[in-house]
Amino acid sequence: MYDVLVIGGGVVGGLILRELTKYRLRVALVEKEDDVSMGQSRANSGIVHAGYDAAVGTLKAKFNLIGNRMMPSLAKDLGVKYVNNGSLVVAFSKEEIETLYELKSRGEQNGVAGLQVIDRTELLKLEPNISEEAVGALLAPTGGIVCPYELTIASIGNAMDNGAELFCGFDVCGIERAQDGFTVQSVSGQEIQAKVLINCAGIGGGKIASLLGDSIIVKGRRGQYILLDRESGDLVKHTLFFTPTKKGKGILVSPTVDGNIILGPTAEEIEDDNVETTSIGLENVTAGAKKMCKNVPLYNTITSFAGTRAYTDKHDFILEESEASPNAIHCLGIESPGLTASPAIAKYVVEELVSKHFELVKNEDFQPIRKPDYFFKNLSLEEKNEMIQKDPSYGKIVCRCEQITEGEIVRAVRENPPARNIDAVKRRTRAGMGRCQGGFCQPYVAELIARELQIPLEQVTKSGGESYLLRGKTK
Amino acid sequence: METKKLTCIECPIGCEMEVGVEDGKVVFVKGNSCPRGKMYAENEVVCPKRVLTSSIRARSGEMVSVKTDQPIEKAKIFEIMEKINRTTCDLPVKVGDIVYEKIDGKANLIATTNVGV
Amino acid sequence: MKKKYDIVIIGGGPAGLAAAISAYDHGVQDVLILEREENLGGILNQCIHNGFGLTRFKESLTGPEYAWRFIDGVRERKIETLVSTTVLSVSRDKQVTAINERDGVFTIQAKAIVLAMGCRERSKGALNVAGTRPAGLYSAGTAQKYVNMKGYLPGQKVVILGSGDIGLIMARRMTLEGAKVLAVCEIMPFSSGLKRNIAQCLDDFNIPLYLNHTITKIEGKERVTGVVISKVDENKRPIVGTQRYIECDTVLFSVGLIPENELTKSAGVPLSLKTKGAIVYQNRETLIDGIFACGNVLQVHDLVDFVSEEAETAGVGAAEYVLYGNREKDVIDCKNGQNVSYVLPQKIDRNQKGIVKLYFRVTNTFKNCVIKLKSGEKVLTERKKRIAVPGEMESFLLTEELLAAVNGEIELSLEC
Repeated sequence: MYDVLVIGGGVVGGLILRELTKYRLRVALVEKEDDVSMGQSRANSGIVHAGYDAAVGTLKAKFNLIGNRMMPSLAKDLGVKYVNNGSLVVAFSKEEIETLYELKSRGEQNGVAGLQVIDRTELLKLEPNISEEAVGALLAPTGGIVCPYELTIASIGNAMDNGAELFCGFDVCGIERAQDGFTVQSVSGQEIQAKVLINCAGIGGGKIASLLGDSIIVKGRRGQYILLDRESGDLVKHTLFFTPTKKGKGILVSPTVDGNIILGPTAEEIEDDNVETTSIGLENVTAGAKKMCKNVPLYNTITSFAGTRAYTDKHDFILEESEASPNAIHCLGIESPGLTASPAIAKYVVEELVSKHFELVKNEDFQPIRKPDYFFKNLSLEEKNEMIQKDPSYGKIVCRCEQITEGEIVRAVRENPPARNIDAVKRRTRAGMGRCQGGFCQPYVAELIARELQIPLEQVTKSGGESYLLRGKTK
Repeated sequence: METKKLTCIECPIGCEMEVGVEDGKVVFVKGNSCPRGKMYAENEVVCPKRVLTSSIRARSGEMVSVKTDQPIEKAKIFEIMEKINRTTCDLPVKVGDIVYEKIDGKANLIATTNVGV
Repeated sequence: MKKKYDIVIIGGGPAGLAAAISAYDHGVQDVLILEREENLGGILNQCIHNGFGLTRFKESLTGPEYAWRFIDGVRERKIETLVSTTVLSVSRDKQVTAINERDGVFTIQAKAIVLAMGCRERSKGALNVAGTRPAGLYSAGTAQKYVNMKGYLPGQKVVILGSGDIGLIMARRMTLEGAKVLAVCEIMPFSSGLKRNIAQCLDDFNIPLYLNHTITKIEGKERVTGVVISKVDENKRPIVGTQRYIECDTVLFSVGLIPENELTKSAGVPLSLKTKGAIVYQNRETLIDGIFACGNVLQVHDLVDFVSEEAETAGVGAAEYVLYGNREKDVIDCKNGQNVSYVLPQKIDRNQKGIVKLYFRVTNTFKNCVIKLKSGEKVLTERKKRIAVPGEMESFLLTEELLAAVNGEIELSLEC
């Protein structure tokens, strides 16, 4: 019997899990996929929003601001890359400049510091590749970027290092209420008992809510992205947004913490968690990018992908106790700026909601610092040679595009939360994330996974389930 | 007389050839730019043959690339492939080592690489 | 380990091996080859099909056999090699930093460097194909590695996008090893592969080739379950109403090769936007003295025979640089004119003696055309050409006498 069971291994569930391990609680997390960070936290813009966007007085506005302030030190503790690159909302007309002033005033009411409307001359100094048509921008110096899956993986890894348990491949299909808690059942027939449940199931959160007897409709919106090679990483320094219109926010152009450029997302209503890209969607992304910047090096595209964003008609975060099931807490509708807000949400949920069910006793052994997922290539020469001497596999480059070593891949399979498939290794190490997209290294990575997990090569998957890489031996 | 169109596979030029056949015999070859092309065309209309390349797994698990040391009948390719798939060898193996003698009754299957040398 | 060499060669594939041998035979024996894989031979090791070496050895060899001719040459000369060693960076002053399990990260000072890193496949990611991203999407070369080097079949029902030689070769290999290849789609109106490969890899096995077709959607959640293919118009845009669904579990992408010049860039060597490789003189010296480049890192070749030839030129160039130092150059710029996508070398040094072989590719398929070499308005020489296609690299020989008549620059064009 766990004290608390978190359902959903995204960034919100992950950070809540970690927050829980700061107290003397027996906690676990269930995730339906083969790895954590497989939903919204997988394909996401990775923006740490400044906080001018959300309507005054909303939970979004509140947690955005707090989360934005928490992110730098949290990222440092977890060994996650965070860059305070600043955001720019770009205006293309006089009317849009007016909107920028509205945004500025809203941001100031929300408590955002340093907002400033700049003219084209200033803008051009900050972003030499900005479109000829841009007339000015709102500069938000507290805006930043972080890698959403890196943050999720690190928070869950740190929570596990502090005693939390993780069950991947646990697709919740039933929840039974018992006297002192719940029995949660999975499609594959496993059962877990817990006193308190926290529903962080993202797009699947509506289904979990209904299993708990509540009616919360969670809908999905698809976002398509295009990623450019690091070679084009200097296209922009800030995260560039269009000025929001009645039609929506439009796409953004931003560097990523790994030095790529990300373009997107589109916003399309979808039925389920359909993450197909479409030619129209990708054309909209490129058209938007070309409107924002001149000389967009689309020839340097290394991949395109789509992700989903869950939302509810409330269009604000739902952070509340279940109506039908006492001892269950919903964290739903965590749409943008959900990633930014997630550290603040986690703190709130544990300190204000979980605290109603348990007397929170501090875990004196809690270790907030996660041994960073350092990239070998970023170490000093001395550090590199010291590592190779201790473990020669750090001297073997497996992914040549991103210069990732065998040692790093093995570590990803062994460390919390363990990677069990090609994509899981990729998210932890960046092996296969570069310009050849795994063309060279995938066979090596697959062999290392097979070796570490002691399974035959043909049982290695791309992303769990039936996503086998191979169809058997030829001889 | 029947004329057949062929693309020569002897070299990268890939000459487009025409072959005249009468009573199962080649009457003329047109479009070739060398004697090898003519020979290829003559064989191709009577009994097409190919050098077959593949690989075998050595007893110790390593893959060893192999080929037939002369062209084999095209019609027998899949039959020979089945034999190749069941063939194994011990290491070391060197370029040219025979790993299956007279695999189609005539051609030997030979290693095309060195492994464990 | 030794930290100084006369010549360091980066890459132990066909280019690196041939460059090492020719530098050695030209009088510089202090040569080191650095190779990232466990074995020398480069991509030839996984090209187990035959057809290599017809120009050079007058016989049809498989890739490994071709490689071993050169590996044996390196071994006979006792040329030093370091395998399982990845070069991390190359500096302008010819320091090579590399990494391996035994020596850690180390730096070697060279007098001359030969860049021979080869090329990589353009990835599926660059294509922005609509649909999902399940397992079963492979570049043709990755599938080749699984089948030929590992002995595993990546899939059973295969659609191949791109009819370059690797795609065609893989259509046959997958078929021979037990898969069913359902279609090869080519967005262009012609295949960029060799005609003989269409005959012996597709026609022999009744594999359909769909020209002017592309994949417009990939379906499948965990593993590929099918693709939608569509006919394209002259602007390569899919034509509505021509969609066709093909059930398959695998898609192989054979959509072009790109020279792998990350190290070249790290040394600050200027690159050509057209070849995506270094700008070189006829001895394959880049615009940085003492750094040479050859093979597919310089320009993507059709035939390995020409890679070896180019690498030998670079090997001689590097040896001469070590023996005689940097010599003054008298430079002619070579430009690509009408209907020619690039020429290589981009620069000719008149002080280097001998005939210069100018390689070029044309932009489209041309019949009954004339190749013209001009200097300014003056036509220096011309040659009739019955047929020229982009898939086949062409060459043009420039004699010393011809070059003597040149003023400043030359331009090669194709006129119909």
